[in-house]
Amino acid sequence: MRGIGNLVVALALGLGLGSLAATPVQAAGEVREPLTRDWSHAGPFGTFDRASIQRGMLVYRQVCAACHGLEYIAFRNLVEIGLTEDEAKVIAAEYEITDGPDDVGDMFERPGKLSDYYPSPFPNANAARAANGGALPPDLSLVVKSRKGGENYLYSLLVGYEDPPADVELGDTQHYNPYFPGGAISMAPPLLEDIVEYPDGTSATVEQMAYDVTNFLTWTAEPRLEDRKQLGVKVIIFLVLFSILMYAVKRKVWADVH
Amino acid sequence: MSEFQTNSRVIKWIEYRLPIFSYVNEHLVDYPAPKNLNYAYNFGSLAGIMLVMQIVTGIVLAMHYTPHVDHAFDSVEHIMRDVNYGWLMRYMHSNGASMFFIVVYIHIFRGLYYGSYKSPREVLWFLGIIILLLMMATAFMGYVLPWGQMSFWGATVITNLFSAIPLVGDSVVTWLWGGFAVDNPTLNRFYSLHYLLPFVLVGIVFLHLWALHHRKSNNPLGIDIKGPQDTIPFHPYYTVKDALGIAVFGIFFAAFLFFMPNALGEPENYIKADPLVTPPHIVPEWYFLPFYAILRAIPDKLGGVIAMFAAIFVLFVLPWLDTSRVRSATFRPIYKQMFWLFVIICLVLGWCGAKPAEGIYLTISRVGTFLYFAFFALLPFVGRFERPRPLPESINAAVLKSGGGGAIPEGAAAKAEERG
Repeated sequence: MRGIGNLVVALALGLGLGSLAATPVQAAGEVREPLTRDWSHAGPFGTFDRASIQRGMLVYRQVCAACHGLEYIAFRNLVEIGLTEDEAKVIAAEYEITDGPDDVGDMFERPGKLSDYYPSPFPNANAARAANGGALPPDLSLVVKSRKGGENYLYSLLVGYEDPPADVELGDTQHYNPYFPGGAISMAPPLLEDIVEYPDGTSATVEQMAYDVTNFLTWTAEPRLEDRKQLGVKVIIFLVLFSILMYAVKRKVWADVH
Repeated sequence: MSEFQTNSRVIKWIEYRLPIFSYVNEHLVDYPAPKNLNYAYNFGSLAGIMLVMQIVTGIVLAMHYTPHVDHAFDSVEHIMRDVNYGWLMRYMHSNGASMFFIVVYIHIFRGLYYGSYKSPREVLWFLGIIILLLMMATAFMGYVLPWGQMSFWGATVITNLFSAIPLVGDSVVTWLWGGFAVDNPTLNRFYSLHYLLPFVLVGIVFLHLWALHHRKSNNPLGIDIKGPQDTIPFHPYYTVKDALGIAVFGIFFAAFLFFMPNALGEPENYIKADPLVTPPHIVPEWYFLPFYAILRAIPDKLGGVIAMFAAIFVLFVLPWLDTSRVRSATFRPIYKQMFWLFVIICLVLGWCGAKPAEGIYLTISRVGTFLYFAFFALLPFVGRFERPRPLPESINAAVLKSGGGGAIPEGAAAKAEERG
């Protein structure tokens, strides 16, 4: 049995290393550890906080969307966060979408439909850079999954702007954020108290807006999160029962070997 | 071991023309396996299951994936968002690759521990190494397909290794890329080969099983099967034991798949590939990290590449490096210690591979690389000087004698003792 025990230990160690490999390789302690919040979607039974996601969508539309695209989200997807189809249609129609070519070969503008995707705020990356002091505002669809620290990182970044320490040199269009790798970020602090007005009366503090928009962007990054976790719980329950059954069968079958 | 028999006229008719039923019976039902195989021996069947799972999920993914630099990333997101259960297929496939490597690495270490590479199983062992090499190539090319930042830059770094070959290095790299940079032709050929190699793997796996069934399985005692009293039929004993292993490993797999599907991957790969933006740290997937550490431990580029390949190819000469006539480490006091040190060295190298190649990490990588090869270099001497403990008379005698053989389930062992 010792050999097996050792293998188990080796396996556990290997896993530990695997997760180490996934942890951030920090550049000499420059980046501050992100703050943590209790996310409703965390844990094996986590579900989306739809009210917060809807508020977060408002923050995205009124603040972030000025510079950041959301290329993988179509207006039809908004039904998944609790909007009715009509509400989603109304939001879609607020956007001008370039369509075409029409019968005579011209492109034309029309109001958005459910099947349209969020239009990018800039026609191309060069235009985006030109409008933002040379920095390219990333598309936000996958931002939560593409940054180390995930939702905690994004939340911390949004609430974490500070005055720069004396030894940090910033460019003209840069700001100091200790959660951002390197500390110098080109995005100005995007959230100011009451920059949006929540229809449900929630007070729009910076923390609240950061929390809401992070929830929204967690949904845009992993829209099938709830399906995944719910199926996972069922699969694990099945496999545990199946393992117990197989263990019993194995004991029974092997009883006559010796 | 009875001959295959049936009363069905249909089966008899087919059997007369194609003896497939007796073949299955011979290899999956009556196949005589040593009666003392422990749970470390589960990982062979698990590896087979993982290969099948990767092929099945991969075929489904290929139905929705677009191998083009402008569309690959988007098509993966399309799978994740719009394809029914696409997220499940894709996470099964990406986590499945990691699980496949976990299983195969344990399988290899088990072979090292019990001396499964020794006569008459050298060819079985070679086929296993070829499987490992093909798996690595397949996994590497698969990781390129989503065309994220780490896909692109990983492909760039690894293919560039070939430029270390003297004289023709640069030409070889251009030939591999199908152009002068990692670009659409590279993605297309990687996709083609990523689809092809798993089926080559299936073929090699069959040879691996053929060799296994021809000379029969090794066992934790490392002694030969001396007669029918030492074996039990594969079915039902090992089918049920393998089923238990699959179920338990399935829980482990499902925990990653459903609750932390991105824990083993790099977040950076959720950013579309951009040839103009180099990520701060280019890190391969975790299962390549020990070899990556060896590559970077050598100050010379060509030397590093040679060392990295040597770290795997040295396994081919292992049957001759190990001069001990005893197979199982259970009876080899010095080799047993060396084995566990070797496991630790591999894990430490893996850890170093994830760190920047500088300062203390580089020093540890170098020591680790030296020790990795020292393990193999010392084996011929250990085999000569080591005094192995006495081997048991037979598998059957050892199984009946005690419950401490490492192979017997506690309940059955207790019963054996009761019977005296």
